[in-house]
This record gives sequence, structure tokens and C-alpha cells, in this order.
Amino acid sequence: MSSEYLVEVKDLKQYFPIRTGFMKTTLLKAVDGVNFGIKPGETLGLVGESGCGKTTVGRTLLRLYKPTGGEIYYDGELITDQNMIKYRPKMQMVFQDPYSSLDPRMTVEEIIGEPLDVHKLYSNSKERREKILGLMELVGLNAEHATRYVHEFSGGQRQRIGIARALAVDPRFIVCDEAVSALDVSIQAQVINMFEELQEKLGVAYLFIAHDLLVVRHISDRIAVMYLGRVVETADADELYDSPIHPYTQSLLSAVPIPDPNIAKSSKRIILEGDVPSPLRMPSGCAFRTRCRFATEKCAQECPSLTDRGNGHMVACWNK
Amino acid sequence: MSQNTEKHTPLLQVIDLHTSFKTDKGEVKAVNGVTYTLEEGKSLGIVGESGSGKSVSAYSIMQILDGNGHITQGKVLFKGEDITKYTPKQMEDFRGRHCAMIFQDPMTSLNPVYTVGNQIMEAITTHNKVSKEEARKKAQEMLELVGINDAPRRLKQYPHELSGGMRQRVMIAMALVSEPSILIADEPTTALDVTIQAQILELMMELQKKLGMAIIIVTHDLGVIAQMSDEIVVMYGGRICERGTAEDIFYNPCHEYTKGLLRSIPSVSNMKKKLIPIAGTPINLLNMPKGCAFCARCDNAMKICLTQVPEEVRIDKTHLASCWINIRDNKYLHDEEAEVKA
Ligand SMILES: Nc1ncnc2c1ncn2[C@@H]1O[C@H](COP(=O)(O)OP(=O)(O)O)[C@@H](O)[C@H]1O
Ligand SMILES: Nc1ncnc2c1ncn2[C@@H]1O[C@H](COP(=O)(O)OP(=O)(O)O)[C@@H](O)[C@H]1O
Ligand code: SF4
Ligand code: SF4
Ligand SMILES: [Mg+2]
Ligand SMILES: [Mg+2]
Repeated sequence: MSSEYLVEVKDLKQYFPIRTGFMKTTLLKAVDGVNFGIKPGETLGLVGESGCGKTTVGRTLLRLYKPTGGEIYYDGELITDQNMIKYRPKMQMVFQDPYSSLDPRMTVEEIIGEPLDVHKLYSNSKERREKILGLMELVGLNAEHATRYVHEFSGGQRQRIGIARALAVDPRFIVCDEAVSALDVSIQAQVINMFEELQEKLGVAYLFIAHDLLVVRHISDRIAVMYLGRVVETADADELYDSPIHPYTQSLLSAVPIPDPNIAKSSKRIILEGDVPSPLRMPSGCAFRTRCRFATEKCAQECPSLTDRGNGHMVACWNK
Repeated sequence: MSQNTEKHTPLLQVIDLHTSFKTDKGEVKAVNGVTYTLEEGKSLGIVGESGSGKSVSAYSIMQILDGNGHITQGKVLFKGEDITKYTPKQMEDFRGRHCAMIFQDPMTSLNPVYTVGNQIMEAITTHNKVSKEEARKKAQEMLELVGINDAPRRLKQYPHELSGGMRQRVMIAMALVSEPSILIADEPTTALDVTIQAQILELMMELQKKLGMAIIIVTHDLGVIAQMSDEIVVMYGGRICERGTAEDIFYNPCHEYTKGLLRSIPSVSNMKKKLIPIAGTPINLLNMPKGCAFCARCDNAMKICLTQVPEEVRIDKTHLASCWINIRDNKYLHDEEAEVKA
């Protein structure tokens, strides 16, 4: 099967069995029928409130979890049940907290060298060393950092180490899960620029997960909005922000405080009532209906699917 | 400034505040000469990156510093009275009656083993002589005030039974029991999702209007600052870079750090424009440079910046900045003009 997408998921599902009582488990539908595709060299932003399933999408897509249902394609090949050895180097992940994902007992050189060793990506130790130094340069680390330990670095530099490690295996796709969220804005900008430059240079595609909606808009070509395990809207980044259609997207975007006093003080917010329901007690039909101003009877009965509203702007809503 | 105090006494004046911590590695000078004024019913935002001394400056006002921390210099005037000279008893009264604080993590203020109702009622009875029944009624009113609908049921719940946003509301209700004239909010929405953040910020603005209190909001989020503040103080390395109205700071930044900060976030007018980060890494407070705290990261640093702490100059009626560039470029009001304007 050939496809324009490098990575594609169809009806992806990830259910976690949760003990809810004596001899009783309930399925937590963390991801419940998600569809999207990411083209080579493209960035898809994934947004939504905490607990909506963003991390689970990323991890399931990389087959770190066995999907409960659905299909995952890499470069047109169905990989849902394949042995991942062949694909692992092509698909990498970078996390929010580089500290917890990097071994504190290893030097920077050892951390970046490890995936090279695992996948035997060099023929002699000279080549190995050159590769490591090349990767360090690529992410803006000095060669003299090679023998230092992770705790000797600031948050931004640790993030660079994590990225150098991910890049070591020459991936074509990286899931960036809140990869800049813990950083101060001035440092965040350094790391965002690095992601963009790597994309220009190496043509990697990103699934960019972040809760800062302005950062996501800046870095993404397309954006998917999730609510309680489902994608409710996807569109080109500018289109989504300029003309959101789904009621949830509308209130989510209107809630973002804009760093411009005149705009921030005059903009109309669509304040949502209440909190996101527990995923263990998912509302029937459209999961957003308990907080939606436009909900009708149909919304309680049937879950809307994404439909194209023109130019690939997909929306899952009965009434909009 | 001096003319102002003759006309009226501001609600709160922080003057040349210095706070440090004694540690094994030496003295951490967390706040190094912070000065600002908060007027009645107004909002003042304090912004800066992590470790810039925002929280410590707020804790200094409340005198709730960790045991190894002390105000080493400066004054905090509440309605003209220097509260740094207060006895512990007077300070307790100040915190109970005039100035309340809320935190990023509501569990800082809430006790997990008591019900919400017990805790609010306790806050009420500590400061007012009222019967238990009156306290319960008032507690219920407080919950309604902060937008909690089924107040009678909520009073009986424990903090862990509430969502993050709901806990934040309960903490606000507790803080407002004594109808303080100042509410200090330290990163009140940083842990919340954006739609819940919008609820809480809206609530704070609504309560401010209703109760006429002044707010100091401490945050690293430039969007929150823009939305919430009449006036803004920008901090770096425990010092103030510049202060002025929200418009002064966002539309006419006059300190190289503020300019850098605004360039490093996505531009509202052009989302795809490349970000311009600030080079280098954050400052080490154990090793403060002699001159401008921002010097090591500043593209436009001059010789004088290395050796001398920049003087604060008046850019405009409402706007002050501490950056040598303004003096080099003569971009400030000279003494006579400044006096007329001030
Ligand atoms: N390994 C797991 N076991 C059980 N539940 C999980 C697991 N991982 C995530 N969840 C649950 O799945 C939902 C989605 O979580 P997550 O993907 O982490 O959301 P997000 O990244 O959007 O914050 C949440 O309700 C979370 O508690
Ligand atoms: N108890 C303490 N002992 C030593 N240093 C402290 C203590 N509390 C705060 N600091 C230091 O004071 C500086 C300012 O901290 P803080 O005001 O919390 O920064 P911000 O709120 O701007 O992120 C930081 O470098 C911090 O490590
Ligand atoms: S389907 Fe119904 S409940 Fe869901 S978003 Fe649309 S109008 Fe609201
Ligand atoms: S005083 Fe000098 S070093 Fe400091 S911000 Fe201004 S120009 Fe830069
Ligand atoms: Mg997550
Ligand atoms: Mg703080």
C-alpha cells in the first residue's frame, strides 16, 4: 500500500483495565478511535487537556503499548503486529523531563552512544566517536560536554542530550511529548528553534504534544484537538486557530491568555462550566455534551465521527 | 514619587527590599533591591523566569520565608506603616486581616484530614467572634462567592475529593474570609489546564471588582500577566529590570531582558515568525555578577554593564527601567521633566 503519509493511525484504541472494586475491573478508554496521518517532514500538533490521551496516543503509536484496536502504518506498511526491531530506529520519542529518562550514572557520550551500540550503527570506535560528536554539534552541545554527567546540565541542555540520543538512530519520525513544557520561555525558544532546524536539515516529522497552545500553533503544520480519548477536530494550524468549528476547540482556544494586553483584556472567552468527566464514566454519545452549549438529544445517543468541512478541516460534531 | 506620597498614601509600597538565604554553599541573595507600589483595587503582575525571586519577594511581604531566609534591607509599607518592623503578633494580624495569599498548589493551604467546611469555618472563627452556626452560613456564602454551586455538599467533602480547579476555588474562598485589601497569588493557575485556568482568572477578576481588593499576581506566563495586570514588574536575578503599565512593558519594553523575553515567545501578529531565544543559561545567585545581572546573556552589553548595576531611570510618567542602554541613548526623562511628570 502506498500512502502520502509517513505515519498513519486508523481507529486507534487503547483501553486500560482499571480495578474499580473487588473482582471488578472497568476499561478506561484512554484512546478511543483516533485517526490521523503525518506526512514526511511535517509537524502534527496534538493538544487537549491533561488526561485526554495525548501521551497514550504517542506511546501506542510507537508500539510501547500494544494497541487494543486499530491500525498503525509506517511508510505505508501496517506495523500494528509487526516485530518493531526494524522500525524502532525510525520512530523515536523525546519526553518532558529529560532527567528521568536519562541514566544519571552515564556520561553524555555513553548516553548518546548507547543506541548506536544497540543498533550497531558504526564499524569502528573512531566512527562511533565521530558520530557522537556530530550529534552533539547538531543539537548545540560542546565537544567538551561529552564526558560530563546529566546532573551537571541545565534543563535546556538536558533536553538537547535527550534529543541527540533520539537522533542517534537517524529517525524519520519523533514523538515530542511535552518536550519543551518544563523550560523557561527563553530556553524554550532555543529548543523549539533546534527542533525546527533539525526538521529543515534532516526532514524528520514530529508528533508535537504540548499544552502551550501558542507554541503548538507556532511549530505545527496541522493540529489535532483531543477530548476524552477522541480527536474532535483537525485542520491546518492557522485555519484551526482562525476559524475553529468544534465547540470544544472554540472554548479551548478562547481560554488561551494572549501575551498582548490589549488583545488579552478585550478578547471574549467562552468559559466552560465544570471539569472534564472521569474517563471511567464517559458520557454516552459525544463525550463533550456535558459541557457543551449546543448539545441536543442526538448528542447523547450517537458519537459523531470526523467529517471533512473543506480543505481537510475535519470536525466531529452533530450541530456545528 | 515623592509628590505622590504627599497627595495620598499608597496601599502597599515595597522599597529597596533585599532578602537572602543562608545555605551551606553561601548566602543566596534571592531578592536584591526590589521597589514597587501597589494602589488600592489595582493588579500588579510580577513576571520573570524561574529562580528570579518572584515568590521570595512575595513571601517577604507576608514574612513567611523559610527559616534560613531573612529580609536584610528595605521596607514594606502598608498604608504608610513599615510592616517589616511589626512584631510576630502584629504580622499575624496583618496576614489574617489585610493580606491573604494563594499558591500554585492548593494543598499548601488545605489540610487533607479536615473537610472543606471545617477549614473554612476555622478560618472564619479565628478572626471573628461568631457562633458555629453563623460560621457555617458564612462558609457556605464564601463557597458560593467563588462559584461553587452545591455548597452544602462541598462543605462536607475532603480536599482530595475535589478536582484541581475546585480546590483552587476553595483556597481562594479561605483567603477571602477576612475580606483582605490585598490578595497575593503565586502562580495560581500554573498547574491547571487552560480552560480551568480561564475559570479561575475570570473568578479572580470578578472578585476583585466585587470586593475592591488589590491583587499581586506572580507568574512566569506572559499571557496571564498581560490579561491580569494593570502594572507589571519584570524581574531577573532578584532585581527589577523594569516596571510600568502593562502597555509600557509589552509595547515599549526598555530593558534588554524584557525585549528578549518578548522575542522568545510566538508573535501574536505572525505565529510562524522564527523565535529569537535569549542565549546562554540562567543566572547563578551564589555567583552574582558585579554589574547588570543579565550581562552574561545580553547581546548589547557594554563595558559599564560589567561593573556597575544599572541605575533605574524614568522612561515615561508610568514607566521605569534599569538598563544602561537607556542612559547611553538618552532615552529617559531628565531630572526636571521627570519631576514634572511624576
Ligand atoms: N498505563 C496506564 N494505566 C492506566 N491508565 C492510564 C495509563 N496511562 C494513562 N492512563 C489514563 O489514560 C488517560 C489518558 O492519559 P494520558 O495519555 O497520559 O493523557 P495526556 O497525556 O493527554 O495528559 C488518563 O485518564 C490516564 O489516567
Ligand atoms: N529556603 C531557601 N534556601 C535557599 N535558597 C532559596 C530558598 N528559597 C528560595 N531560594 C532561592 O531563591 C531564589 C529565588 O527563588 P523564587 O523566588 O522561588 O523564584 P521564582 O518564584 O521567581 O521562581 C532561587 O534561586 C531559589 O533557589
Ligand atoms: S456533537 Fe453535540 S455535544 Fe458534541 S460538540 Fe457537537 S453539539 Fe456539542
Ligand atoms: S544594563 Fe547592559 S547588560 Fe544589562 S540589559 Fe542593559 S544593556 Fe544589557
Ligand atoms: Mg501527557
Ligand atoms: Mg515561584
